[in-house]
Amino acid sequence: MELFTNQVLAGISTGAIYACMALAVVMIYQAIDHLNFAQGEMAMFSTFISWQLMQWGVPYWWAFLITIAVSFAGGILIERLLFKPLAKAPVLTNVAGFIALFAIVNSVAGLIWDFTIKQYPTPFGSSAFLGSQLISTHQAGMIGVTLLMLVGLYLFFQFTRIGLAMRAAAALPESARLVGVNTSWMIALGWGMASAIGAVAGILIAPVVFLEPNMMGGVLVYGFAAAVLGGLTSPLGAVVGGFLVGVFENLAGTYIPGVGNELKLPIALALIITVLVFKPAGLFGRAIVKRV
Amino acid sequence: MSAAAEDTVTEAPAVEAVPKRAMTLGTGTSLVILAALLVTPVFVKNFVVFQMTMVMIYGIAVLALNILTGGSGQFSLGQSAFYALGAYTSAVLMENFNVNYALTLPIAGLVSFGAGYLFGKPALRLSGIYLALATFALAVAMPQLLKLHFLEQWTGGVQGLTVMKPDAPFGLPIGQDKWLYYFTLVIALAIYLGSVNLLRSRSGRAFMSIRDNEIAASAMGVDVAQYKTLAFGVSAAITGIAGGLSAIVVAFVAPDSYTINLAIALFLGMVVGGVGWLPGSFVGAAFIIFVPNIAESISKGLSGAVFGVLLFLVIFLVPHGARQVAIVAQQMLGNLRKN
Amino acid sequence: MLATLRTAAISAAVGAFLCTSGPAFAQKKYDTGATDTEIKIGHIVPYSGPASAYGVIGKTEEAYFRMINENGGINGRKIKFISYDDAYSPPKAVEQVRRLVESDEALLVFNALGTPSNTAIQKYLNAKKVPQLFVATGATKWNDPRHFPWTIGWQPSYQSEGRIYAKFLLKEKPDAKVAVLYQNDDFGKDYLKGLKDGLEGKASMIIAEASYEVSEPTIDSHVVKLKASGANVLISITTPKFAAQTIKKAAEIDWKALQIVANVSASVGSVLKPAGFENAQGLLSAAYAKDASDPQWQSDPGMQKFFAFLDKYYPEGDRLNSSVVYGYGAAQTLAKILEMCGDDLTRANIMKQAANLKDFTPDTLLPGVKINTSATDFAPIEQLQMMRFSGEKWDLFGEVISGELSH
Repeated sequence: MELFTNQVLAGISTGAIYACMALAVVMIYQAIDHLNFAQGEMAMFSTFISWQLMQWGVPYWWAFLITIAVSFAGGILIERLLFKPLAKAPVLTNVAGFIALFAIVNSVAGLIWDFTIKQYPTPFGSSAFLGSQLISTHQAGMIGVTLLMLVGLYLFFQFTRIGLAMRAAAALPESARLVGVNTSWMIALGWGMASAIGAVAGILIAPVVFLEPNMMGGVLVYGFAAAVLGGLTSPLGAVVGGFLVGVFENLAGTYIPGVGNELKLPIALALIITVLVFKPAGLFGRAIVKRV
Repeated sequence: MSAAAEDTVTEAPAVEAVPKRAMTLGTGTSLVILAALLVTPVFVKNFVVFQMTMVMIYGIAVLALNILTGGSGQFSLGQSAFYALGAYTSAVLMENFNVNYALTLPIAGLVSFGAGYLFGKPALRLSGIYLALATFALAVAMPQLLKLHFLEQWTGGVQGLTVMKPDAPFGLPIGQDKWLYYFTLVIALAIYLGSVNLLRSRSGRAFMSIRDNEIAASAMGVDVAQYKTLAFGVSAAITGIAGGLSAIVVAFVAPDSYTINLAIALFLGMVVGGVGWLPGSFVGAAFIIFVPNIAESISKGLSGAVFGVLLFLVIFLVPHGARQVAIVAQQMLGNLRKN
Repeated sequence: MLATLRTAAISAAVGAFLCTSGPAFAQKKYDTGATDTEIKIGHIVPYSGPASAYGVIGKTEEAYFRMINENGGINGRKIKFISYDDAYSPPKAVEQVRRLVESDEALLVFNALGTPSNTAIQKYLNAKKVPQLFVATGATKWNDPRHFPWTIGWQPSYQSEGRIYAKFLLKEKPDAKVAVLYQNDDFGKDYLKGLKDGLEGKASMIIAEASYEVSEPTIDSHVVKLKASGANVLISITTPKFAAQTIKKAAEIDWKALQIVANVSASVGSVLKPAGFENAQGLLSAAYAKDASDPQWQSDPGMQKFFAFLDKYYPEGDRLNSSVVYGYGAAQTLAKILEMCGDDLTRANIMKQAANLKDFTPDTLLPGVKINTSATDFAPIEQLQMMRFSGEKWDLFGEVISGELSH
């Protein structure tokens, strides 16, 4: 029983990482109806920027704020420069663009900061949380911040005009334009926000996994998986999905004999596919009815 | 007021149609290219022959993806899984059961067909981004499946399997590389012609109707489920054959050879070549083999970034891939002929 | 007529004398890739992709040969170091090596990295009789001169390191309860085999094993699971990022087990500092090379040469990165072999000299660790010394041990 609780708690801690990333994924999906493969790399790059600022002596919270602002602006810039010209191009070409962006960001980060791991500080400390030896204060802080972001996003989409405009632009761009929404800038805004959320995710994740250019590769897959599981239209779903994936993966690894340990990721992904087969829009997603 | 969101499918389908006549190259161009392919190995070094063989093999794999995505409109980021399956089938049969290398290819194709068909069934309910993710999951899982402990005695586990490279048959006096080149060329041609035929046939039209508007197709009586799984199966089979060929030509298989990077590369090959345009598969294959080398020669430390920039250049200039270039060339030739 | 005959006879005699003399007087003999003025060295390493952290090895070696060239080359010949990216993908490795051999016409292939890539190219290079020198992986199978006479390793094999830890445990902690965390690839599995072989009959000391994939973001949950097994010794067969995570997590969950970490992850700068020195106290490992961050080597003549090299030829290189130290040592070994060849730069002679190293000590190896090879021993470095982490550095202890069972 103790092993079970341990693994569940450990799963929740790793799940927090996935949940964080999943929020950024859902954010970009809300804006552009697609998954951006380069999301993880952009988050990594932002985290490096904050690290570099701290190396130059900037205190943690200032570095944090500056990085969020820079990431927001950077996201908008990337969209305007690289993806606006592709707006009329086929979807698959856009996906190729995401892949190209991934390659560029990863390579540039590797050149500037090389591939050795770097320690990244946490504002929450690393001691045991509430005496439990399984969750550190940092991981508890991570869960807390993720939940805060979730609430913030929910409020943004439900109760602000811009949030409403963004949802409209993503769901029915032509109708949205008819009522005066500048859909093009909504997309740019979505990119900026996704980039900022990604930066927060990266900053929270780095203390656990250590900062290096390849740190987000594995996380992104889990982030996608969690977002899909929870429903790509639902930030709440993304967070719940993240925790579920983390816990399930650990339990599968511990209790499925033989292959459990070797096939953690495939099993997690198989779970998601199974859920999708029965609930194609994810656990919390709204079912989409297609009309011709 | 229902909770479900309604999505009226009014905007362009995710994968755009390629007009049937433009699906292949003109007869004249095809013959010229074929002649060039037949003759070139005589004049170049063995290493270049090897590279050309690899271009053809990747071209076959991209062609398979073109049938699946460009033909039936199903996204797949998981072709590397079927490629790996075909490669390992060939390698295991050759090394553990002494099967002749040429015979392993149809078997690899059959095994991959089975896998593709089986995967296609549950994937029926998924589309677009969800299908892409499911196939992505398959591609990510494949290397780990190949490393499984209890399969090690056949697959060689993480160490992989070295394969004996075959010599030309009947004691023909041509080297291994040249022989494998012609062997691959014949197979590539057969698959290419077969695929063109498939896409022009009833099944092909069924695929394309599903791609363009699945609901309408279903309303018109197309057995959507059957054709979608068939498309997966056929595409997987062709990819499996490509994988088997690669096992023979590279003479080595290992889980690290078939990572998600391969699936992404094949996808890029399809986009660069022009989605749905079968001849473009080989252009795309050439892109994914040669452009990384070019990027590396420009800058070793930033090879990834240079590759990304080159890729961006290509998709900015020709968002529809090589097919766009071919259309422009055709138009120019047409204008020239007129004058 | 008689005069010409006599001249011919004298020339023949002189020629015969020259042929039978030592290497310094031998006639110049070249294979493709070597000339009077140049030696072409082929090299592949991942500069991109998941293993790009090892790209610095290529950069270090390129800088080393630049230094050699600026100091006159080897026996008057300049080194042309041709290095390509294999992205840690076996098919790419095959393509690049074929390019090196058939297109660039390199004399030999040096220090290719990774077991998959090297396995892919091994048959080809042996069939073409091109030396596959100083393979940059510790897999045990490179020491097989009978089947692969053109392939030779360099660093201590993973199995021999595993055996050394096993012997240490048998001697110092015979009733230890051991948990093993290993990377699920050739590196991890080879190590584990060495460990189990070294424990001989007492392999039951290992009460828990957990493997992880490189694609996993964090191995924290594996550490939690291993702690639950009740083990009091943790053997961490991990690469740097995961080693750091393990050290940190074990400290966080207050797991007071004795931790042994693999040599590849023993770097003070790249692993222990990020993990936190306070978490790494009492950590054990083994080494064959000097750690540049260790103050005891600051005035060591070999390391001073290394630091001078870095300052002049590779200033952006991080001396605390063990890959940089590695590249220097391997390059130095190759330079030695080429020097020993003199004017006979045939591939056969290169292998002959590679199999003829006697007590060679590159600048960067620990005192007492020597490179020895012979026609039946293609494992140049076989010795390691164990060390314990204390304060902010490693303290070597015990003797230099050979990890081989037969030597």
